[in-house]
Amino acid sequence: MNIIRIFKTVFLIDFLTGLLIAIKELFKTKKTINYPFEKGKISPRYRGEHALRRYPNGEERCIACKLCEAVCPAQAITIESTAREDGSRKTTRYDIDMLKCIYCGLCEESCPVDAIVQGPNFEFATHTREELYYNKEKLLENGDRWENVLAANIKADNPYR
Amino acid sequence: MEYIVLLFSEIYKILYVLIPVLVSVAMIVWLDRRIWAFVQKRRGPNVVGPFGLFQTLADALKYIFKEIIIPASSNKIIFILAPIVTMTLALIAWAVIPFSEDYVLADINVGILYIFAISSLGVYGIIMGGWASNSKYPFLGSVRSAAQMVSYEVSIGVIIINVLLCVGSLNLSDIVLAQEKIWFVIPLFPMFVIFFISSLAETNRPPFDLPEAEAELVAGYQTEYSGMMYAMFWLGEYANILLMCALGSILFLGGWLAPMDIPLFDIVPPPAWLILKILFLFVLFALIKAIVPRYRYDQLMKLGWKVFLPFSLIWVVLTSGYLLYFDLLPVY
Repeated sequence: MNIIRIFKTVFLIDFLTGLLIAIKELFKTKKTINYPFEKGKISPRYRGEHALRRYPNGEERCIACKLCEAVCPAQAITIESTAREDGSRKTTRYDIDMLKCIYCGLCEESCPVDAIVQGPNFEFATHTREELYYNKEKLLENGDRWENVLAANIKADNPYR
Repeated sequence: MEYIVLLFSEIYKILYVLIPVLVSVAMIVWLDRRIWAFVQKRRGPNVVGPFGLFQTLADALKYIFKEIIIPASSNKIIFILAPIVTMTLALIAWAVIPFSEDYVLADINVGILYIFAISSLGVYGIIMGGWASNSKYPFLGSVRSAAQMVSYEVSIGVIIINVLLCVGSLNLSDIVLAQEKIWFVIPLFPMFVIFFISSLAETNRPPFDLPEAEAELVAGYQTEYSGMMYAMFWLGEYANILLMCALGSILFLGGWLAPMDIPLFDIVPPPAWLILKILFLFVLFALIKAIVPRYRYDQLMKLGWKVFLPFSLIWVVLTSGYLLYFDLLPVY
């Protein structure tokens, strides 16, 4: 141990420097946000809660091609379909098990008609598991509720697709 | 009838000290978390009440409603007793702390010995908790804690001898009054620094928080505790920290005395001075928690036995020699 080292140890120099830095840091602006009251910016590509969209005339977009069901790596999607009276193929059942879902976004990628999308909402925690087994009604309701944001997000991301 | 009146007046006096202490413990937990957050540029608890002041009360409420889990293989009586012992011991030591010349619950002649005895007993709560849990992490945590608290108590004892040499009395009020001319922090500054660091170790605060080192020991002796029992450990710990801050300000920073004999300072009531000094020391505690890494166990022991103890012993010789040579020994 040289003299300087001993001097530093005895007079707690390093410790006092640290203390001064800490006191300076006390008064600097905070780096964190006040979460429930203010929220961070979310990218248009954000993969949050799922939604099934409709056309502006109210017709469901989904054509029951089952590409999303096939591509889903977690096998969280279950689709059943029949032909409607007018000859178009529509889903009778569209379930997503949100507990199986890994939020990879492949369903959204694979959808040819932009029907299934993942919205910006990430605050959908529930008290029971059952509430997270989403069915078609729930997904369509999500789509209706978030339609403005979803359409804007798809438009914003369009140049990069 | 006389006894009942006496009993109630005593209970009233006790509550008069106890309730402010408990409330300030709650506030001090908030302050600790807040300072810690601010140093790390976070916001800390700021939602419950103004500036998040009621966060601790909300936490306490949550702990009350939580289930208390008692491990099947634990020694149940001691397991339940341990947090009670910790908290009781942390609170009864406040009986002798003088808030002003006449605002002290028990003005006993051996006040400092009483505090020293009580804080030594504080180890028992931790040992009992760690042993009764019958689990490896609590046991290791409590063994570490016992060794640490015992070894630092030795150097605190020697430091207190320094102060007592200058005062000539074990009464805490006398110790404060002896500092009317000059606070002991000035002539005994190295002792103050060592006392402060030892009190960090004594209360298991970082950088000496080895008993509950999260990385190695989960939560040390508190690992098996849950609900209100955990909260009582926690409360006892913070009451102990406040007590060490109070002791530091009484021994070295002149207790309830104003910093200078200026009429302007007389406006502030004496207990407020003590509270300000306690707060100052506590803010230092909180800042240190934010800036230091944890000691290794052998470093901790080396610091206690090979540095602090000899140094404070030498200082006892110096102080007593100085007092004797200049004939300054206090006469009582």
